[in-house]
Amino acid sequence: MISAVPLEWVLILASGLFCVGLFGALSRRHAVSMLMGIELMLNAVNINLVAFWRYTQPDEVGGMIFALFVIVVAAAEAAVGLAMAIAIYRTWQTVNVDSVDSLRG
Amino acid sequence: MDLVVQIMFGVTGLLILGAAFMVVSVRNIIHAALWLITCFFGIAMLYLLLQAEFLAIVQILLYIGAVAVLVLFAVMLTRQIDDPDEPVLFQRWRSTLLITAILFAAVLVPTIYNHNWLIFADPQPAFAGPRELGFAFMNAYLLPFQIAAVLLLAALVGAIIIAMEDQEQRRVRVLTLAEEVALRGEREPSPPTRPANPQPASSSSNPTPPPAPEQAGEGA
Amino acid sequence: MDIFLIVFLVVQVLIITLAVTTGFAYLTWYERRLLARFQNRVGPNRAGPLGLLQPVADAVKLFFKEDVIPTASDKVVYLLAPVLAVMTAIVIWAVIPFGCFNLNGDHTACFDPARRDEVWNALQVAEVNIGILFILAVTSIGVYGITLAGWASNSKYAMLGGIRASAQLISYELAFGMAVLSVVMFGGTLSTWEIVLAQEGLWFFFPLILGFLLFMISATAELVRTPFDLVEAEQELTSGYNTEYGSMKFALFFMSEYIKMIAMSAIATTLFLGGWRFPGLETLGDGVAALAGPWPAAIIVGLVSLGSFLLKVAMFLFMLVWLRASWPRMRYDQLMQFGWKSLLPLAILNLVMIPVVVVLVPDNRYIQTAILFVLGIAAIFGAARIGGRGRVKSKVELVQPVAEGKQASAASSAPASQQTSGVAS
Repeated sequence: MISAVPLEWVLILASGLFCVGLFGALSRRHAVSMLMGIELMLNAVNINLVAFWRYTQPDEVGGMIFALFVIVVAAAEAAVGLAMAIAIYRTWQTVNVDSVDSLRG
Repeated sequence: MDLVVQIMFGVTGLLILGAAFMVVSVRNIIHAALWLITCFFGIAMLYLLLQAEFLAIVQILLYIGAVAVLVLFAVMLTRQIDDPDEPVLFQRWRSTLLITAILFAAVLVPTIYNHNWLIFADPQPAFAGPRELGFAFMNAYLLPFQIAAVLLLAALVGAIIIAMEDQEQRRVRVLTLAEEVALRGEREPSPPTRPANPQPASSSSNPTPPPAPEQAGEGA
Repeated sequence: MDIFLIVFLVVQVLIITLAVTTGFAYLTWYERRLLARFQNRVGPNRAGPLGLLQPVADAVKLFFKEDVIPTASDKVVYLLAPVLAVMTAIVIWAVIPFGCFNLNGDHTACFDPARRDEVWNALQVAEVNIGILFILAVTSIGVYGITLAGWASNSKYAMLGGIRASAQLISYELAFGMAVLSVVMFGGTLSTWEIVLAQEGLWFFFPLILGFLLFMISATAELVRTPFDLVEAEQELTSGYNTEYGSMKFALFFMSEYIKMIAMSAIATTLFLGGWRFPGLETLGDGVAALAGPWPAAIIVGLVSLGSFLLKVAMFLFMLVWLRASWPRMRYDQLMQFGWKSLLPLAILNLVMIPVVVVLVPDNRYIQTAILFVLGIAAIFGAARIGGRGRVKSKVELVQPVAEGKQASAASSAPASQQTSGVAS
C-alpha cells in the first residue's frame, strides 16, 4: 500500500469525501440528511488520521487512538443529534429544518 | 503487485465517493441511509488496505452496526408525508456546491500537493492490534479515555432527556393520514414561488421514485 | 503456491457454506421431530425413513411457488433484504474453529498456544486476532435484513414487525456484547482460536456461569426465538417482517434464522464449552502417533475434535428447541423491561466482578473459578429474588374447594378420589 499508493491520493480521496459531506450537511433540508453529511465529514477526517498514522508514524499507536476517539465522539453526536431530530419532529411534525422557524422575527 | 493494490485502492475510492454522492443527492431518505452504509463499508475496506484491521472492524461495529441503525430508526420514526414536488435541497444549494468545489479544488488539493509530507522511511508493515491499543489507552492516553467515557455518559443522558416524551403531551392516538395532511396544511401554507425541482445533476439518474415507500409507515 | 492457497481457501469456504445450508435443512427436521416429541405427536414421518426427506420436499415446494413482488414495495430494497439476512448469518462462520486438523501433520501443535504458526488448520477458515470483534460486528449487521424487509414491503404488519425486531435486537445486543466481553476478559484474548486453547482443563462455563446465562438469554433474543419471538407473533402481526415475502425469498429468511441459530450454538460452544476440546484428546493423539505415526494422529485428532464440536452444538440446539417447546411468549413491554432493567445491570455486574476477582486472586485459575462460580450463582439468585419481589401474586385460587354437598356425598370415598374430582372441577 505504501509503495503503491502515494499519501497524496489518500488525502485527496479524504478531502473529496469531506467536501461531499460538507455539501450534504449545508444543502439538504431534512435534519437526518444533514446528520448524514456530518457523519461523512467525520469519516473523511478519520481516513486522514489513519493515513497519516500509516504513512508517517506506523511505529506508534497515536493515530489509531485519535481515530478511535473521533469514532466515539461521532457516535455520541449521532445519538444526541438523532434524539434532537425526534424531538423536533414531535413538536413540529416535520424534520425539514426550513420549517422549524418559530424564532424568526 | 503494486498495480493490484492501485486497482483496489481505485475501486475502493470510487465506491466511497460514489456512495457519498448518492447520500447527498438521492431523494428517498432511506435510500440515502443505505448509501451511507455502503460508504461506511468502503471506508472499512480502505482501512483494511491501510493495514488498520482493528479500526476496520470497529468501523463496521460502530458505524454500520450502531450509528447507521440509529439513523434508519430516526428516519422511520420521523416519517412525514412526502410531497414529490417539494425540494430536498435548500434554495441556495448552487452556492453551497460552488463553495465546496472551490474548497476542494483551490484549497485542499494544492495544499496536499505543495506540502512536503514526512513519509516514514522504513515501510515495515505496521501493527497496532487490540493489545497495543489497550496498553496505550491504559497508559499514555488514560485521561482522554476517561474523558471519552464521561462524554459518552453525558451523551447518553442528554439523548434520553431530549427524546423523552412528556406523559401529558403524548398523543392519545396516532394521527390518520387525513389529519396529518390537515395539520401540515394549517402549519405551513406553502409559498407559491418556489423553484420547481432544484436537485443536483447526479440525481437525474434516479428519476423521482414512486412516493409509496415513503408512506410505508402510514399504517403504524 | 499462492494460487494453491487461494483455491484451498475457496474450497474451504464452499464446503462450509454447503455444510451450513444442509445443516439448516436438517435442523428444521430436527426441530419439528423434537417439538412433536415434546407435544406428544409424531411429527413429519412420511417423506423417507423417519421423515428424513422432508427438508428436500419443503425445498422443492418453496422453489416452485410463484415468486410475487408486491407492487407497492421498494423493489431493490425488497430484494436486498433477504440477501443481507442470509449473508450475515453465513459470514459469522469464518472465524469459528470447528476442530483442529493440522495439515502440517503435527497434532501436538494444536494444543500449544505458542506454536500457532505451525498450525495450518483445515477446520477454520480465518484465524484473526480480533475474531470476537468480528462476531460482534457481523451480528450487529444482522439487524438490517429484518429492518429493511419490514420497511420495503410497504405493509403495516411487516413494518411493525420490522420495527419491533430492530428495537429488540439493538436492546439485547448490549447484553450480548457484554457477555461475550466477559469471556475476552477471563481468557485475555480476542482470538477465537486462543480462547479455545485457553480453556485447557477448565471450560469457561464454570467461572463465567453468570456470563453464560446472560449469553444464552441474549442469544435467544437475538435469534428472535421463543420466549422472545414476538417479532413474528402470528396473532398480532400475521408473520412479522416477512409477511410479504413468498417462495424462495421467504426461504432465505427462514434459512438465515436457522443458520444464525446454529451459529449462535457454535459461538456458545467456542466461548463457554471449550470449543472442539474434549477430555483426553491430546492423549489420544499421542497414542495414535506412537502407534501409527504423525499423520494418522493428525487425522484422528481432526475427526474427534470435529465430532466433539458438533456434539456440543447439537446439545445447544436441543436446548433451544426445548426452550421453544416449554416457554410462552413475553409481552413487548416485559421484553424491553427485562432487557434494559435486568439483563443490562447483570451484565455490568458481571463485567465488574471478573476483573476484580482476577486481579485480587492472581495466578490460580481454580481458586478464581471457585470464587467466580459462587459469586455468579449468588448474583443469579439475588437477581431472581429482586426481580420477583415486585410481581403481584395472583389472587385467584386455581383449585376450587369442593362444594359442601358434594364433599358430604364423597366423604365415604377415598381422599385420593376427592383430590382428583377437585382438580377436574
